[in-house]
Amino acid sequence: MSDGAATTGRSFLTPFNVIAAIIVIIGLIVTALRFTGGLASVTNLSDYNPWGIWIGFDLLVGVALAAGGYVTSAAVYIFGMKKYHSAVRPAILTGFLGYALVVIALNYDVGRPWRLPYPFFIQQGTTSLLFEVAACVALYLTVLFIEFSPAAMEWLGLKRARNLVVKLTLLLTIFGVVLSTLHQSSLGALFLIAPAKLHPLWYSPYLPVFFFVSSIIAGLSMVIFESTLSHRYFAAKMDEAHMKEKDAIALGFGKAASLVLAGYFIIKVIGISEGNNWHLLETNYGLWFLVELLGFVGLPCFLYAVGVRDKNLKLIKWTAVLTVLGIAVNRFNVCLVAFNWHLPSEERYFPHWMEIAISVFLVTLGIIAYRFIVTRMPILYAHPEYEDH
Amino acid sequence: MSITRRKFMGWLGAAAAGTALGKTADAASNKYFTGYADSIGVLFDNTRCIGCRKCEEGCNTVNELPAPEKSFDDLSLLDTRRRTTAKAYTIVNRYDAVSQVDVKGPLYRKVQCNHCLEPACASACFVRAFTKTQEGAVIYDASVCVGCRYCMIACPFEIPAYEYDKALEPRIMKCTLCYPRIVKGLLPGCVQACPTEALTYGKRTDLLRVARERILKFPDRYVNHIYGENEMGGTSWLYLSAVPFKEVGMREDLGITAAPKLTSGALSGVPIVVGLWPVLLTGIYAMSKRKEKIANQETTRAVTAAVEQANGAAQAKLAEEMAKVQKLKEKEIENAVSKALAEAAKPKEKVSDTPSAKAQKKPSEEDS
Repeated sequence: MSDGAATTGRSFLTPFNVIAAIIVIIGLIVTALRFTGGLASVTNLSDYNPWGIWIGFDLLVGVALAAGGYVTSAAVYIFGMKKYHSAVRPAILTGFLGYALVVIALNYDVGRPWRLPYPFFIQQGTTSLLFEVAACVALYLTVLFIEFSPAAMEWLGLKRARNLVVKLTLLLTIFGVVLSTLHQSSLGALFLIAPAKLHPLWYSPYLPVFFFVSSIIAGLSMVIFESTLSHRYFAAKMDEAHMKEKDAIALGFGKAASLVLAGYFIIKVIGISEGNNWHLLETNYGLWFLVELLGFVGLPCFLYAVGVRDKNLKLIKWTAVLTVLGIAVNRFNVCLVAFNWHLPSEERYFPHWMEIAISVFLVTLGIIAYRFIVTRMPILYAHPEYEDH
Repeated sequence: MSITRRKFMGWLGAAAAGTALGKTADAASNKYFTGYADSIGVLFDNTRCIGCRKCEEGCNTVNELPAPEKSFDDLSLLDTRRRTTAKAYTIVNRYDAVSQVDVKGPLYRKVQCNHCLEPACASACFVRAFTKTQEGAVIYDASVCVGCRYCMIACPFEIPAYEYDKALEPRIMKCTLCYPRIVKGLLPGCVQACPTEALTYGKRTDLLRVARERILKFPDRYVNHIYGENEMGGTSWLYLSAVPFKEVGMREDLGITAAPKLTSGALSGVPIVVGLWPVLLTGIYAMSKRKEKIANQETTRAVTAAVEQANGAAQAKLAEEMAKVQKLKEKEIENAVSKALAEAAKPKEKVSDTPSAKAQKKPSEEDS
């Protein structure tokens, strides 16, 4: 990946390219099966389990992990933390690609994808939380595209258009935060309508708040995680500012993540209290809930704090990985593990390998697109003609 | 102008009518929605059901659903626990192990859409594909359905099924209460097919009365509860049972909150976020901007002050130096003068000696 084959064009037979090619070919085959044979031919979905990992992972985890865009741009442009400026563009790019992949994944999952604009143009079901999710995701994808566009325009040399968009930065950032607040929380609120199906330890009237707050954690941790990866594989593309700010970003974002994790931990405990579900902690589900709460919320909160105090960048980076995993665990729990917990085990869902293949395929597409863009456009460095932004 | 007794009574009457009208209007407002007036429903009485599957057959026929793998006469299917599917809007399950000793033989449960008064599926659908009709049926419009299956997530009774095997036009499949038939005055397929009157079709309000009368008349035969009267805000289908409903596979933990109320709180938060977030964020931006501005001002002020101070010090030093130089010069002049005076005093002894030497010395003195 780091060999720069894409830029030199000498040899395309690098390990990354070969593996990516295999995944893409499998993905395309499964795609063909999906759109010719229906969902039954590639998924384990059933009448009891209408949502699988394409919703649990691609939508819920995808949107949460793409939160870095709004978190970083808010920190820099609204809260005025200019020392993290170099993190904005990579975060916006990941956010944009993340949301684009979410929308692509939805095309696999819904029965008639060409009707996805129906809720906006044909008939509006405004009482549905899913309507809110759809509206916000569509709008936010547009916002992210505009926020990302200056990088592409600098690459293409469209100076005037680029300067015009840059003037909109503050407005777009505010709009992005509003939309993110709404749809991040609505993804949790989707499950409010099913108290009879979601385990009481995960079902809570606070679900929307849990999802929103944890998306901030996911965003912060993803920025640290990505910056580590970028530094490893695209160091040649980074300018001095990126190199210099990199450690400050890890320390600052780690500190923020530790703080928000502490708040999240507290409201999760309040959630148990609100439902008076303490007695459920002794059950098997309770044990798993404790693993999530202590292992993936409490522990990273502590580790981030220690890492920041000791300026231990390695610890912070690994904690970011643990936190990102923890967010994925939480979304899986709400959507799949603790959902339909009342059903006998033979009626429960486990993904078909082809469902996993599509998810891996889409993530691979994201990585390929990210790589294509950062090796060409001013993402990890400032364009020499536009130092101001 | 005098008010006659007749007039006064007339006014009273009008006022009373007004109040009554107000009450009716209030009862029909969606704030206290308890179902459309005169909407119909079906009452299922499991003490009368014999598990013959005729209702399944009737449903299959009138809805023109695909023929089943096993014939409807084959009762061996009752050994398995089934649910509604894309090919069967209704199914019957058998329950053998029941707690009441005086119940002879197994009990059966008929499963189909309960046609909630405030349906979760309709509330959850983002294209309004579901409609609760005035007649009581919850019907589905496949022409707008995107196929997101959120209705299946939302339904507490696990009724809607999906055509997973269709690639192009998969539909949600569920009981329609035979809406096309009931608007024509016909009975739903299952009700018509039932040979034992386990199913009673009628106005929901009448069915509730019938159910209550049965419980009153045969208190030993029934559990004192009409399932569906309040469950999930009430359903058009109502159930009477010989044993606790839990024992015939019906959930007793659903509560009486109508599904839309579960999400109304979260939805009402949306406009508040839209309204207040920009204010809050602009405020934070303004604060950080102001902080930055003040910091800049302070820096400039500090720099100017430092420069001024440095300038002042430099000038003072310069002045000092100048003064020193001045003093030195004055001293030298004094010296020179005194020297000259001294020399002027000497030549009185040898005047003609050194006029050239004197002329040589003077410029060098001025240089210093």
